[in-house]
Amino acid sequence: MTAYDLVIVGAGPAGLAAAGVAARAGLRVAVLDAGARIGGQYFRQLPDGFNAARPGALHHGFSTFVRLREALGGADVLLGHRVWAVEHGPEGGFAVHCLEGREERARTVAAARLLIATGAYDRVLPFPGWDLPGVMTAGAAQALLKGNLVLAGRRVVVAGTGPFLLPVATSLAEAGAKVAGVFEAGGRFGLAPRALARPGKAAEALAYGYRLARRRVPYKGGRAVVAAHGDGELTHVTVAKVDADWRPYRGGYETIECDTLAVGYGFVPQLDLPAQLGCEIAGDADGGPVARVDRRMRTSVEGVYAAGETTGVGGADLAALEGVIAGRAVVADALGAPAAGDPEDPRMEARRRRLAGFARALLRAYPVRDGWMSWLRDDTLICRCEEVPYGRIKEVRDLGAADARSIKLLARPGMGWCQGRICGHAVARLAGEDPAPPRRPIAQPVRLGDLAAMDGRTLDDDT
Amino acid sequence: MDSVNGVNSVTGAEGTDHADHADRADRTGRVDGAVSGNVDKGGGMSGASPYRLVGARPEPGFEVRVDGRAVPVVPGQTVGAALHAAGIRTWRTTRFGDRRRGLFCGIGVCFDCLVTVNGVENLRACLTEARPGDEVTTS
Amino acid sequence: MPDVVVIGAGMVGAACAYYAAREGLTVTLVDRGSVAGGTTGSGEGNVLVSDKEPGPELDLAMLSCRLWTELASEAREVGGFEYEPKGGLVVAENDEVLRALTELAGHQGGSGVVARPVAADELADHEPHLAPGFAGGILYPQDAQVQPMLAAARLVRRWPGVTLRTGTEVTGILMEGGRVTGVRTATGDIPAGAVVNAGGTWGGEIAALAGVELPILPRRGFILVTEPLTGGPSGGPFVASGPLVRHKVYTAAYVTNVASDSEGLETSAVVEATQAGTVLIGASRERVGFDRTVSLPVLARLARQAVALFPALADVRAIRAYCGFRPYCPDHLPVIGADPRVPGLYHACGHEGAGIGLAPVTGLLVAQLITGAEPELDPEPFSPGRFAGAAAWTA
Repeated sequence: MTAYDLVIVGAGPAGLAAAGVAARAGLRVAVLDAGARIGGQYFRQLPDGFNAARPGALHHGFSTFVRLREALGGADVLLGHRVWAVEHGPEGGFAVHCLEGREERARTVAAARLLIATGAYDRVLPFPGWDLPGVMTAGAAQALLKGNLVLAGRRVVVAGTGPFLLPVATSLAEAGAKVAGVFEAGGRFGLAPRALARPGKAAEALAYGYRLARRRVPYKGGRAVVAAHGDGELTHVTVAKVDADWRPYRGGYETIECDTLAVGYGFVPQLDLPAQLGCEIAGDADGGPVARVDRRMRTSVEGVYAAGETTGVGGADLAALEGVIAGRAVVADALGAPAAGDPEDPRMEARRRRLAGFARALLRAYPVRDGWMSWLRDDTLICRCEEVPYGRIKEVRDLGAADARSIKLLARPGMGWCQGRICGHAVARLAGEDPAPPRRPIAQPVRLGDLAAMDGRTLDDDT
Repeated sequence: MDSVNGVNSVTGAEGTDHADHADRADRTGRVDGAVSGNVDKGGGMSGASPYRLVGARPEPGFEVRVDGRAVPVVPGQTVGAALHAAGIRTWRTTRFGDRRRGLFCGIGVCFDCLVTVNGVENLRACLTEARPGDEVTTS
Repeated sequence: MPDVVVIGAGMVGAACAYYAAREGLTVTLVDRGSVAGGTTGSGEGNVLVSDKEPGPELDLAMLSCRLWTELASEAREVGGFEYEPKGGLVVAENDEVLRALTELAGHQGGSGVVARPVAADELADHEPHLAPGFAGGILYPQDAQVQPMLAAARLVRRWPGVTLRTGTEVTGILMEGGRVTGVRTATGDIPAGAVVNAGGTWGGEIAALAGVELPILPRRGFILVTEPLTGGPSGGPFVASGPLVRHKVYTAAYVTNVASDSEGLETSAVVEATQAGTVLIGASRERVGFDRTVSLPVLARLARQAVALFPALADVRAIRAYCGFRPYCPDHLPVIGADPRVPGLYHACGHEGAGIGLAPVTGLLVAQLITGAEPELDPEPFSPGRFAGAAAWTA
């Protein structure tokens, strides 16, 4: 099997930027993505079938995406490819094991170098009623709209913490949903003082604020959705006024009718692949794990690079910049000369420092406070897959499960379909820990028949 | 199938009568119709809709069948999005607590939206692009 | 001051604490991690008699099997630990293997093992989804499965005489006049009349703290876990005709691998369903030290062997995999009893892949040896004294 010089996992801003840089320098590049179109979560694209005259209306910075798309050069784009495992090849390089399309066809792509730009997904917290139909992540509401032109609901509450709530609420409102309120559990102006350090971001936040105000969408800080209600389906939520630790004030409750709740408490980077390869994982400003990279976006494992949210949640601009740096670094390492430009270009490094500094400041400005644990009732599910209620977690803690791993072994949270991606953060915090790096040797479900077919097969057999 | 909802008409993109659903929603205090159909009609007072926002002129759609019932799809939409647009918000029941599940993370991470399509079990509805003639089975 | 300190809160340590406390002793159970965080949490929860040749270990297993049923009925009222006497089915690939298997079963019968021959055309009655073509098999109704983490946690909580201290790493063994007088931990000394080494794979390191050598080494094993099968969307094809896998099903090669001394990778198909609806697929054995790096070739081999046993598994998805380290001694027997080199030190480790199954009998014997009661069976074959010939480390 002929190997690509570079395989990039993830066709978001970071992956696309790197692909363009490396392909233009003459490397053989493949970009793999699980989605049906390039863009990743941030620049999720509509299917062509919609013939949208103004696709950019659902995006911030759409011109950036257009530039990235046009700069892809000769890179192969392999869509509908879910990577379930990566491993070192027998003679150097890497084997990237994928499942293609709805049929989940097993396929292995060989790579001399690997860039992991797998992005992030919504961090969610459990609360009573959070598994009622109608409750979904803020990212789910965005994906429905950006990728399918479907409104998540007609009367929507947006809640959680972090600046992402603003664009979600704004696009829902502008697309015709009645947004009954945006509830930021942190302070209303958590962003403001630090945003001044980056005028562009401050203007962006103000613009969202203006657009929400124009549609009379209330935006309130220090408030959290602490319960969702409905007989089989969401009909209303309880919004509580919360203190600095996110504990509800006595009597500070209101009920808001809605058919949909879009909720998100920041993001969790996808680290399954770097963890499989043994890349060093470090703690981010919010305590969560991220892939550790040097100034050239190289991980601790030779030949493996990471860019975008994989190295810390920082948004599309930073991701695209990291992609450029990673692309230049791969070119320099592959050709022995910085043919695509200096990966340590001082101006790029300065810009990366500035953007990363702002991103870390945002993480610190919108922390998740442990007061959410006071929202739980004994029958509140912590793990949606294995249906493990909070009471069961308490029970096994009393039985001697002193850490997150033991809680998992005894009560099964995180052992189901999603492999703890959804409940992992909550279980770790309930155990008083920061979330640990993931250990998922099988990152996507894979048929035993396909796994069996790999037995005794060498990479050369696979074309 | 958890069909809480009124039947979405399947005459292509111009499906749901929003006024009718709005009326029922008012009476019952809950959404009792397509939450947001595959339609180019205004929702709410402003007349805004996702289609208007981006100036969409969708190609002729097709149908998939959900437990025998026709659900309209715009080419490229996922099974999960098409069902959601048709007001079908759940399509499976959990194995211990009989809880209803549909879209949650929407991007292939949570596995809440597992669905059976053409007899193949446990596909993520949010990742699975609908194809003409797909038979979706709920449980 | 407790009568006994047990080091290691895995299944074996929990059983030692349980039986010692049942004898009226006060016990402090310490673990550097949590309950059941080591090898106990990395296996399948096997309680087997079928995979053992007649001899001292089978006698141990038979008694332990009985103790498990007692423990399970006792624990039922507090929620139990998923004890399931599902039985084991060993299948033979050809007539020659079947003859050897049948002969083994005959010998095992002398130790009280119930073994029922199953003819080739009867296999489907026991396992409807089993691949055709097997020469026959032996059904072992006494084989069982438990949720070992839960079992360990529940045993620890059974008697008030047991104090559990998690997150407490033992950094030294306290000695006075050549006799063990307690343990040193990062958070202080715990004096005790007796110390039990239930350190599992790390039992050799605990022994070294007391200045004695115990040759316990890790043997790595991977396990594959499938998506949940029962109650899935549309019920699934397996529900209509009963569960896909009913017993613990394995090929005769498993028995030879268990007793093998090979350095390299050995795998044999072991397939069983769990109460959570998943199917567990083992078993691999490798001597690679404490390397946790996942080996896709091993997972692929396990998958191929499982599909060969149950072809319907080919369309079932694996969703996770994990590995653990089985503690083994060169002679493949556990170490149970007083260490003649260090009075006051007892060992209860080195059970290899049988630690869950043999935990109760190990706990019972250790408790009886500490109290001076007549042991329920002769512990001599498991005595740490068999390693006493090795040079003692300087304390």
